[in-house]
Amino acid sequence: MKEKSVLEMRGIYKSFPGVRALQNVDFTLEEGEIHALMGENGAGKSTLIKVLTGVYEKDEGQIFLKGLNKPAVIHSPQDAQNLGISTVYQEITLCPNLTVAENMYIGRTKGFGTNWRKMNAGAAKILKDLDIPADATQQLSSYSIAIQQMVAIARAVDMDCKVLILDEPTSSLDDSEVEKLFKMMRDLKAKGVGIIFVTHFLEQVYAVCDKITVLRDGQLVGQYEIENLPRIQLVAKMLGKELNDEEEIKDDSLVYQGADADKNVFEAEGLQSNAGIKPFNFHIKKGEVNGFAGLLGSGRSECVRAIFGADKVIAGKVKMKGKDVKISKPIDAMKLGIAYLSESRKDDGLVGDLSVRDNIILAQQVLRGFFRPYSKSEAYKIADEYIKLLEIKTASADTPIKSLSGGNQQKCIIARWLLTHPDYLILDEPTRGIDIGTKVEIQKLVLKLASEGMSVTFISSETDEMLRTCSRLVVMRDRKVVGEISGSELTQSNIMGTIAGGDKK
Amino acid sequence: MATSSKTAAAAKQTKKKVSLSDQNLLLVITIVIFLVMYLGAIIFLGGGFRNAQNLFNILMQQSALIITACGMSLVMITGGIDISVGGVVALVCMSCAVCLDYMGGNVPLSILVALGIGLAYGVVQGFLVAYLEIQPFIISLAGMFFARGMTTIVHSQPFNVENEAFAALKNTRIIVPGMGNTNRLGNYVDAYINIGVIIALLVVILLFVMLRWTKLGRAFYAVGGNSQSALMLGINVKRTKFIAHLMCSLLAGVAGYAFFLYVGSGSPSHASGMEMDAIASSIIGGTLLTGGVGNIIGTFVGVLSLSTIQNIVSSIGLDDAWWTGITVAAMLCLFLIIQSVVTSRKKD
Amino acid sequence: MQKSGTKSKSSAGQFFAELTRKPIFIPIVALLLLAIFNLVMDPGFYAIALNHNSEGYPVLSGSLITILDNGSELAILAIGMTLVTAASGGQDISVGAAVAIAGSVILRVLCGTETQPESLQAPVIVAFLLACVVAMLFGAFNGALVAFFRIQPMVATLILYTAGRNIAAWINQNRLPIVSEPSFGYFGGTIPGIPIPTPFFIAVICVAIIALVLKFTTLGLYVQSVGINENSARLNGLNPKLIKILTFVILGLCVAVVGLIKVSRISTINYSVVAKDIEMDAILAVALGGNSLAGGKFNMAGSIMGAYTIQFLTTTLYKYNVPSEALPAYKAVVVIVLVVLSAPVVKARLGALGKKLSSKKNTAKEVG
Repeated sequence: MKEKSVLEMRGIYKSFPGVRALQNVDFTLEEGEIHALMGENGAGKSTLIKVLTGVYEKDEGQIFLKGLNKPAVIHSPQDAQNLGISTVYQEITLCPNLTVAENMYIGRTKGFGTNWRKMNAGAAKILKDLDIPADATQQLSSYSIAIQQMVAIARAVDMDCKVLILDEPTSSLDDSEVEKLFKMMRDLKAKGVGIIFVTHFLEQVYAVCDKITVLRDGQLVGQYEIENLPRIQLVAKMLGKELNDEEEIKDDSLVYQGADADKNVFEAEGLQSNAGIKPFNFHIKKGEVNGFAGLLGSGRSECVRAIFGADKVIAGKVKMKGKDVKISKPIDAMKLGIAYLSESRKDDGLVGDLSVRDNIILAQQVLRGFFRPYSKSEAYKIADEYIKLLEIKTASADTPIKSLSGGNQQKCIIARWLLTHPDYLILDEPTRGIDIGTKVEIQKLVLKLASEGMSVTFISSETDEMLRTCSRLVVMRDRKVVGEISGSELTQSNIMGTIAGGDKK
Repeated sequence: MATSSKTAAAAKQTKKKVSLSDQNLLLVITIVIFLVMYLGAIIFLGGGFRNAQNLFNILMQQSALIITACGMSLVMITGGIDISVGGVVALVCMSCAVCLDYMGGNVPLSILVALGIGLAYGVVQGFLVAYLEIQPFIISLAGMFFARGMTTIVHSQPFNVENEAFAALKNTRIIVPGMGNTNRLGNYVDAYINIGVIIALLVVILLFVMLRWTKLGRAFYAVGGNSQSALMLGINVKRTKFIAHLMCSLLAGVAGYAFFLYVGSGSPSHASGMEMDAIASSIIGGTLLTGGVGNIIGTFVGVLSLSTIQNIVSSIGLDDAWWTGITVAAMLCLFLIIQSVVTSRKKD
Repeated sequence: MQKSGTKSKSSAGQFFAELTRKPIFIPIVALLLLAIFNLVMDPGFYAIALNHNSEGYPVLSGSLITILDNGSELAILAIGMTLVTAASGGQDISVGAAVAIAGSVILRVLCGTETQPESLQAPVIVAFLLACVVAMLFGAFNGALVAFFRIQPMVATLILYTAGRNIAAWINQNRLPIVSEPSFGYFGGTIPGIPIPTPFFIAVICVAIIALVLKFTTLGLYVQSVGINENSARLNGLNPKLIKILTFVILGLCVAVVGLIKVSRISTINYSVVAKDIEMDAILAVALGGNSLAGGKFNMAGSIMGAYTIQFLTTTLYKYNVPSEALPAYKAVVVIVLVVLSAPVVKARLGALGKKLSSKKNTAKEVG
């Protein structure tokens, strides 16, 4: 172990059934540094962190910690805590039914009993020091997600730790809260704590970090000093290729030329759902590809969910092909020719244990009705057709969909909705967590479908994907539509400017 | 001055009301319903309800149920369930009865038998649930059937215990000073309780303290609230679940002895349906089925509510046996729906 | 030469591994084990005799006939229980109590308010249909608690479990009506001239109906989709709440059929004993059939096989003079062994162990 390191991970391997999540990964953290751990979804960041914190057991490799002569043995989060590793996870890992103070102290106090007075006083002091507007004695679930996340951070910071891991802690925080967090991080750094920082926001990396380690496909790409790695190169390293690889897939021949090209397929006025978005207006023309842009949590998904009737619609008028219609549940939308690929593939899309075949026919089967099931041979024929069409890699149509890779799962879900032959297709983050090749395939498919007259709404966290596919973008901020950009104004900086809400440059 | 302090108090109260946690809200609902019920019974039915002895009779009758319900609450707080407790109570009664009358055992030995059965149940069920991650309902369902079957294998016919030392213990009355009343002849009759009540009250107090002021108790709540988070917060989730099931079964053993002390006999049909009464009491007492929320005092009040409503049903002339079962089920249904509404309210 | 030998061995192993993964593997193996056990211990177990009953009609008797007879009730309940389990990931523990209610309704309609009427007050079919409606309503009540209030099925059905037998007693005001009409006994006994017990035919009809329903409607796909991923099912246009309630209603129908068989067997009813603990056996049949008790994919044939397997076990235990009150203890042991073996944690451990052993074997071979 080197003199200044607080943590060294050597030759870490970890695999799950069917997936090699980590292969021979090394990681070194020195004291008093803020170290960014970067990589795309599925690159292995979270797995590496969970190995370090004892949530997963590593298959091979060794972990060394400062002050320990032999490799550290970490079998549980408790072991990690005792060794001075504290963690804030992306999802809030606190207990909503306990009080704020308890959440800050549980699992790390000595002795047999619980001293409420001391605990509440201690918690109140930390909350005050960190300027968190929460009452220590209240039930945690009575506070917003952002405050809960701050409480989680407060807990981690208060622990006498050598290594602090922050796994995407900022996704639910606003700018001033992020600033507070950065101040905390700098204070801890001055005290010699090593901090591992995982985030998707590049600005934040360059604002606080000293070093960057990049992972890709479960393997180590390299470790870099921040000043030696400009943004553009960082992105290239994360993606594993030069940026302009997938640049020009937009092709003018792929534009719908029909006579009804300027007719609205779908229109909404003052649409509002119970998911907390402000009423919004929206329309899409035949053969058009448009999208919702905005940060995570800005209300993009909630808008399309409202269109599809996935959340409870509480206000607004909707027209389909010029006719007034009512959409109160998904089946209404499906009958009108709307299809919706949901944001979370695992939670809202897949029916994991069912076969590829059943997953593909599901939506169309529901439309056909209860008493008209597809026969086995019909179902096989359809499934095989779409497996071929979308080049889905699966052993057979009978394979359970959960054993396919993310990209192929996503293709099955797309096949499911294409089978319903919709007039209006909504794709909410279709490219999340899948390999780059499939991403390009999906984008090409979207443009092809649009050229054949289908209207598509395409949402992605990666702005350049939307720039490449959409001809018009609706921009969201704080659960409100704040602008619309189309034509020649569609540039990265324009979108960023509108999202941020500052003056356009 | 007086008014200002009054408004201040009122303001404080409203503030508290706004921030009432699920835990307290459910507890308050339970206690209010119980008080309304009991006061209503005193006012409209009078008679026996006016005497403190009536309450003590309920306690004596239900001491075993109080203990099993407390154990059930522990398991439910961690997000589990244990429906083997009624079977364990019957098995304990029969085993102790056989131990005393046929095997020449004495009272301390019979107590050891009771605790041993509870412990063995706890270890096996706890291990299967916590470490092999099998659904607690299935395991304890099998446990219940095993206990019922074993009871008849131990001894197939019901019989009364004739051991003298035991009879003395069974008939021990503890006078509660100052709570007695005058009977029709004008003589003062002392109010009394038995040993089972003392055990039950001790269990209630001990568990209340444990849940509130020990790390283990708080770990129960954390595991029930979100076991994944609890793991991340550094709690040994498996061990916590194991201990909860262990304690529940051990308490079922204790309850078995309390029941044995009350009835003084062994029978395969003893305590039939007690597991359901225990679950119902816990739910009525504000323990959430989904785990993480619950209170031993609530459970205690839950048992009292359940018995009171049975008392009321029979004293207003609905003597037919089926009314008791139907009212209990209706009450359970009501509380389940209240819980469902309270928990979904939070999500909106 | 040697190479090909190991290859065929491994493919045989593979075949075996594949077989063990099939859900119906467990009930078949259990049934075989029981069958062999009985064959070794006492081949007389399989003897079937043709006797004549008190009215002079031929009836078959023997252990196998008993299994067909009693196992049929269980098989009918297992149909509904499988669907409920698949859709809601929980089990209905109130079926025994609901059977009591259905039986009580039938007797109430047939006997009116008399205890032993000379003639039936209404045709059997009317009584049965009314029992179906009542049982389906109680099923819908259970289903609504599960679907709308999101109460775990086992706890939601606890309400009816507690109240059911009391309601059954209340329907007939605790009287024990006796049906004297002999034809009423056909449903649970035998029809004159046909030596095989009627419940078996009723079960065959029920199985045929559910097979047709599964083939000619999308019930199977819908139920499995809801059980595996409720959100996905909803976003694909299904109404998960309705489907969950539907499964409970179907179970209600099964309950009514079993209620008819139960009261027909003795031409009267014992509220506290009729169909006692049958829920345990029905749940066990589902588990034995290789279905996950956490819901999702289901295998109807497995459950039905499972039901007869359990009856096989019960009859075997009776054969060895196990008193009926002690029976649950033995069954409980079987349940625990089954759930322990099918627990994911245990499976993973065993799998790892198997891998270790086989890799050790391989290395040993290489060295050799």
